[in-house]
Amino acid sequence: MGYTEEELANDLNNKEYEFGFTSNIESEKFPVGLSEEVVRKISAKKNEPDWLLEYRLNAFKIWQQMTEPKWAHVTYPKPKFQEISYYAAPKKKYESWDDVDPEMKATMDKLGISMEEQKKLTGVAVDFVMDSVSVATSFKEKLGELNIIFCSFSEAVQHHPELVKKYLGSVVPSTDNFYAALNSAVFSDGSFCYIPKGVRCPMELSTYFRINESGTGQFERTLVVADEGSYVSYLEGCTAPQRDENQLHAAVVELIALDNAEIKYSTVQNWFPGDKEGKGGVFNFVTKRGMCNTNSKISWTQVETGSAVTWKYPSCILKGDNSVGEFYSVAVTNNYQQADTGTKMIHLGKNTKSTVISKGISAGKSQNSYRGLVQISNRAENARNFTQCDSLLMSDECGAHTFPYIECNNKSARLEHEATTSKIGEDQIFYCQQRGISEEKAISLIVNGYCKEVLNKLPMEFAVEAQKLLAISLENSVG
Amino acid sequence: MTTALVSEKLAAFIAPFEIPSNVFQKEAYDNLIQLDFPTTRNEYWKYTRVGKIQNSKLKIQKETKLTADVLKPFLSAANFIVLENGIFRADLSHISVEGVKVDVIKPAFISDETKFNSASQQHLFTALNATYFSELISISVAEKTVMNEALQLLVVTSGNAVFSNPRIVIDVHKYADAKFEASYVALNADGAFNNVVTAFFVAENAHVVYDKIQNENNPGFHISTEEVAQEKNSRFKINTMTLDGALVRNNINISVNGENCETHINGAVIAKETMHVDNHTFVNHRVPNCFSNENYKYVLDGKSTGVFNGRVIVQQHAQKINAYQKNANILLSDFAQINSKPELEIYADDVKCSHGSTTGQLDDDAVFYLQARGISKEKAKKLLVAAFIGEITEQISSDEVKKQVNRILAEKHDWML
Repeated sequence: MGYTEEELANDLNNKEYEFGFTSNIESEKFPVGLSEEVVRKISAKKNEPDWLLEYRLNAFKIWQQMTEPKWAHVTYPKPKFQEISYYAAPKKKYESWDDVDPEMKATMDKLGISMEEQKKLTGVAVDFVMDSVSVATSFKEKLGELNIIFCSFSEAVQHHPELVKKYLGSVVPSTDNFYAALNSAVFSDGSFCYIPKGVRCPMELSTYFRINESGTGQFERTLVVADEGSYVSYLEGCTAPQRDENQLHAAVVELIALDNAEIKYSTVQNWFPGDKEGKGGVFNFVTKRGMCNTNSKISWTQVETGSAVTWKYPSCILKGDNSVGEFYSVAVTNNYQQADTGTKMIHLGKNTKSTVISKGISAGKSQNSYRGLVQISNRAENARNFTQCDSLLMSDECGAHTFPYIECNNKSARLEHEATTSKIGEDQIFYCQQRGISEEKAISLIVNGYCKEVLNKLPMEFAVEAQKLLAISLENSVG
Repeated sequence: MTTALVSEKLAAFIAPFEIPSNVFQKEAYDNLIQLDFPTTRNEYWKYTRVGKIQNSKLKIQKETKLTADVLKPFLSAANFIVLENGIFRADLSHISVEGVKVDVIKPAFISDETKFNSASQQHLFTALNATYFSELISISVAEKTVMNEALQLLVVTSGNAVFSNPRIVIDVHKYADAKFEASYVALNADGAFNNVVTAFFVAENAHVVYDKIQNENNPGFHISTEEVAQEKNSRFKINTMTLDGALVRNNINISVNGENCETHINGAVIAKETMHVDNHTFVNHRVPNCFSNENYKYVLDGKSTGVFNGRVIVQQHAQKINAYQKNANILLSDFAQINSKPELEIYADDVKCSHGSTTGQLDDDAVFYLQARGISKEKAKKLLVAAFIGEITEQISSDEVKKQVNRILAEKHDWML
């Protein structure tokens, strides 16, 4: 008997989290709770200039007056913000790669991104974030030759304060939403990247985020600035050790593409999704947004397989004329996972174009929603949007939902939106079987083909990683 | 015992109206005062502001004054009933269809046996209707009755700043085949507010077609709610044509309770000047093996605004549902605006659901094609718009009504059809 859809669903159900391990690295941790005092302490710890402290305190005040958003199609116990520790840093600091704690090296090995290997083989520069402090950065010299700045956020604050000050909060202001305000107040570290005018970054820049310390929220801040005529491809990938309590992750990512620049931002997210009973798992409430100036392009690609609750809308503000925004997403939910994700394409400039391809796969008892906004302002002449969001249902207890918002204020705009929801067609499987392809192969073929449009958009270096990280949910389908 | 009003705005709005004394409406009133006007923070009122209604000083008019000759131009069927500000005008109506019975029930006589007898409504406008309606018009179509021609419901709002609350129940029994045509007309009714609630009970194997022509003069407000319950093997089809009105909001809520049902929802909006037209549809698939299809088209000119929100829910275990939604929009002016939100909420896996939404302009090639054949650009555009809307007008069951719609389009929008 061949491999049936039920068996596939079963396999998906029974697979345990592969990347669930905790590395025992001594770390320094703040006591739980959030107050102005804590914000000041974080700032002092990182030896930050006054303007940044002010920025944090201001955001904290705003946050205190805000309430949590409730509109998303997800249900979860409200995170207890006073029971989280807002800062955790590995105690030891390292001068060079050789000084790095062997245990941490082993952790990286398990993640498949061994530094030694990478240095030799892949040509990828990695800014590895273990909890909140960057521990090792490679290929710095090579990037330095091109005057590309790629470092941890705290380093950037120390060495390039003028750039950070200019762009921090310019795309996602502290007032934007509840979690963006929280992040602005307590962000611990993150990555900063600046590509100078006319430079084409010769390699993919990659950062690994990893929540390691039990009970710490991870508040990352990423800022990517591509100056006029430059190009950068940025990779972000995440795995987290298995935990029983919910962990909160509220990151903010800001992309700024100046005139004629192009940013390609790819994410693979595979945080702990909770166990089969829906216990534990990471809460992922992320604000990601890019600002496109004239003739620039921002492209988001994401593969979302982890987290108990995901709330994420990578967006593009197409401010400049002729700018282009793209969003490619595969979101897989299983067991009791809930995802409410999509994008916002705000067309402000003339001749702006956006493409949205979203593929949802729901299995088990999960709920997977697409929520997207396409907004055409009255000045955006000849704007063009194409949106396609498809959902694939793998079990009779899961849900797939689509909530697109299309707001058009300009008559010259041309907008298309289409969405479909279905399970794998029996006729499609039958068609394959008729041609001598086993049922198992047929299912994997169909699922693979279904996601291909998005997976193809991942950079080659990342595609291999993506396959590995997707293992839990797609291993049996991606032949 | 009366509990205090929750909202000051609502208190000011309902101040001119008498607090009802009958049991049914008293209960409705107690429920009403817990509510408030929806704001744009409310997801289902995100794009429609009701401030203008809220700030109107309206009056409820109990006396009637319409005469037969005034209504003549609006009649399009042999059998018709006339409602003036929600009050049944037996003297102006004409019904002689076998198997079709019209009853008028005063609020005081609403009992547990009356269909559609829940006083507590969670939405403000249906709650207002339940509290202030003058008469419940109950139309019943007996088992196995086949109506060859549509029964026209001529719903007239007459008098300036009138608050009219027509309340209609249409009860179609087993194996019956019923056709209705509702025409909404406003006569000397500047700033009037017509707040209609229509309930349909579609029994097993029954077929219902409902054409709804909204042609109330600008400036007037129109909010209508259709509550539909479909039993097994039934078929329900509604065609909404919105041709005029300052603020029009349609809520169509269809609950599919039996298997093998078919549901068709079509709508066309032709708006100009500062019209605001908002269509909200909600199809709730509670059982397996059903089909629903939705098609809405908007043509917006001037400074008009269109809102489309189509919502389909497929409940868990409601397998083998085919549900389709389509929304196509054309903006003719720089100031027109469209907000479209087709929603799918699917909790079952063996389904085929899809939706599509497009917004654009007339095809330049098509305009050129017609111009090349000696048709002026202006004319060519009108021809193409007419063809675009034609898909919906074709759905209207009666030729008389089709003609009437085309006449209105020619008069009000200067169209050739």
